[in-house]
Amino acid sequence: MEVAAGGGCGAGPPLLLSESEQQCYSELFARCAGAASGGPGPGPPEATRVAPSTATAAAGPVADLFRASQLPPETLHQITELCGAKRVGYFGPTQFYVALKLIAAAQSGLPVRTESIKCELPLPRFVMSKSDAEIRFGNAAELHGKKIQIPYLTTEKNSLKRMDDEDKQQETQSPTMSPLASPPSSPPHYQRVSLSHGYSKLRSGTEQMQPASYEARQPIGQPEGSSSEGPGSKPLRRQASLIRSFSVERELQDNSTNYPDEPWRITEEQREYYVNQFRSLQPDPSSFISGSVAKNFFTKSKLSIPELSYIWELSDADCDGALTLPEFCAAFHLIVARKNGYPLPEGLPPTLQPEYLQAAFPKSKWECAIFDSYSESMPANQQPCDLNRMEKTSVKDMADFPVPTQDATTGDDKQALKSTINEPLPKDTSEDTATSKDCNSLKARPRSRSYSSTSIEETMKRGEDPPTPPPRPQKTHSRASSLDLNKVFQPSVPATNSGLLPPPPALPPRPCQTQSEPVSEADLHPQLNRAPSQAAESSPAKKDAPHAQPPSKPIRRKFRTENQTTESQEPAAAVGGAAPTTMVKPHPTVQKQSSKQKKAIQTAIRKNKEANAVLARLNSELQQQLKEVHQERIALENQLEQLRPVTVL
Amino acid sequence: MAVCIAVIAKENYPLYIRSTPTEDELKFHYMVHTSLDVVDEKISAMGKALVDQRELYLGLLYPTEDYKVYGYVTNSKVKFVMVVDSSNTALRDNEIRSMFRKLHNSYTDVMCNPFYNPGDRIQSRAFDNMVTSMMIQVC
Repeated sequence: MEVAAGGGCGAGPPLLLSESEQQCYSELFARCAGAASGGPGPGPPEATRVAPSTATAAAGPVADLFRASQLPPETLHQITELCGAKRVGYFGPTQFYVALKLIAAAQSGLPVRTESIKCELPLPRFVMSKSDAEIRFGNAAELHGKKIQIPYLTTEKNSLKRMDDEDKQQETQSPTMSPLASPPSSPPHYQRVSLSHGYSKLRSGTEQMQPASYEARQPIGQPEGSSSEGPGSKPLRRQASLIRSFSVERELQDNSTNYPDEPWRITEEQREYYVNQFRSLQPDPSSFISGSVAKNFFTKSKLSIPELSYIWELSDADCDGALTLPEFCAAFHLIVARKNGYPLPEGLPPTLQPEYLQAAFPKSKWECAIFDSYSESMPANQQPCDLNRMEKTSVKDMADFPVPTQDATTGDDKQALKSTINEPLPKDTSEDTATSKDCNSLKARPRSRSYSSTSIEETMKRGEDPPTPPPRPQKTHSRASSLDLNKVFQPSVPATNSGLLPPPPALPPRPCQTQSEPVSEADLHPQLNRAPSQAAESSPAKKDAPHAQPPSKPIRRKFRTENQTTESQEPAAAVGGAAPTTMVKPHPTVQKQSSKQKKAIQTAIRKNKEANAVLARLNSELQQQLKEVHQERIALENQLEQLRPVTVL
Repeated sequence: MAVCIAVIAKENYPLYIRSTPTEDELKFHYMVHTSLDVVDEKISAMGKALVDQRELYLGLLYPTEDYKVYGYVTNSKVKFVMVVDSSNTALRDNEIRSMFRKLHNSYTDVMCNPFYNPGDRIQSRAFDNMVTSMMIQVC
């Protein structure tokens, strides 16, 4: 393709441009022209192709461009002179192209002469994105307020620099001619610009911002994105966390190219980031963030209150004043997008819907660990869960759920919560921590504003499963846990009530029996002789042995790990001796929650007393029945003997 | 179907008022204002009993030549007032009730938003859309 330099103003020798050069230069020219005029947005490249000869590039953007080529200023001056712009007074397309060619020559090391451009040269390289990003940002800043943009810009530049460097190392695409060692990263930039410009049209956002973002992230290929983002984001981390998500957002915008709603698509990194933020606010990933907590958090993003209010409206799909994890991700994503300059959508985009988010990342991060821990903890660990639940009950504060810090323990807690059906308090707390999926699906149906109503069913359903197997300690519920506590501290009450041996072995059975009264009756009948203590002994022995979990095990989830190690060492028989030792360990660390423990212990004591009383009554009644049955049997046998001689005879 | 819809706070100042723009808006504002007296009357008359027994829907507050004014009070004394064109005879009580129910639901959604301070003007887009849907049907 020839662009006759003489066509316009005879400014120099005829310019021979290859196709790639032609494309590149025309895009560059269009951008400069477009930027100069304030950015008409819709496809500058198209405008360029339509009427390249009529546009002129303003000096400002052109100067920026030239500076971005990283040539010394004198060279640039020479180039400007040579290309004829100075003579003509403006940068027409011809001048511009000549200048670009001269820049390429200069970058290749050739002297800046008109003769140089006659030979084939690689495309000029520009550290373009920065300067153009500035241009674009400058425009956008006017629209969206500079405060947001400027800090973003500075960080953007840093990250861009790094990414450009890495790009040049990692760039895989190359134009047809690239003899030089340094990878010609610029042509792919601009070729991709044309692609992305087309996509930018589809976006609802400010189109000026979008080309800028494309340019900013152009060099980043999709696989490279994450790696380059990594180092690039390091300096950003020091800054407000939101800014980091901005850069992630921008980079990842470029990655997904096929969807018109891609600014609303959350990528893996973003999601991970959001999940971490969620965890920082609410360690239980399947629970809710309350409105006030979320409000404080989102207010830090420095968006205006009406905007935040609108974002909340969009993201809180079930309008319950709290955010689950998908809702939180959607809200965060909207905030990030808004800060990047995208106008907020009229409705929640489909990729941000909670169902979509849950479906898209079904097993990722937040749910996988939880459900895995669920499956693990289902059969076992009910006692510790109960313990913890007991404590929570006593605390009566839903925000205390963060106490168990591990995900596994969280799972345990949920299991415990689900397994307990008896007490209303734990139910209320459990509803909050019920699986988010369940809650969400349930909440999605009616506009149920109370968490309890929706998740009770789930809780109940789950709760039915554990209690069925008799040997399992699950039946022990909270009382078991409380008994464990009692075991630990060896209060006198249970000991006296049961009339038992050393309290530790005796305590656990009591609560079990209370709750499994029908079962205990059956047990009592065949096994029982006299004192409930004996039965108590047998049942705890039964229960302890199979599980090898000393009842004193986890008073707190925190200490579960410690206790677990100690548990493995402790056989059930050695519970009594082991209990104090195990408790010694957690004691120093438990001091914080000693008050909670006390409350739990007191409630446990009360319950134990009641249970004891009930059991004692039951026992006496059963004894009575046994006696009567015995007497009846004796009477019947007598009758039989009396009758037998008659029949025999 | 409504010509004008207003949400009045407990202290009797408007949280949200919107009327079809073709009409003289001031007239509607005045009508809503005068209807507040009627609402108070109805509340006090029924309110001697327990609050629970008081129904939220107040019914027709007063009819004028061209318009009818309906009222609805929530348990937190937030009032919804709706002005309906008298010529629109097809509107039945049930429909008015359902419209008030929708209003109430949208209002609670607005309240759930932590960024909304009670007593502020209602600027929720969802609420606006819902009100528009109720008003546009007139055309």
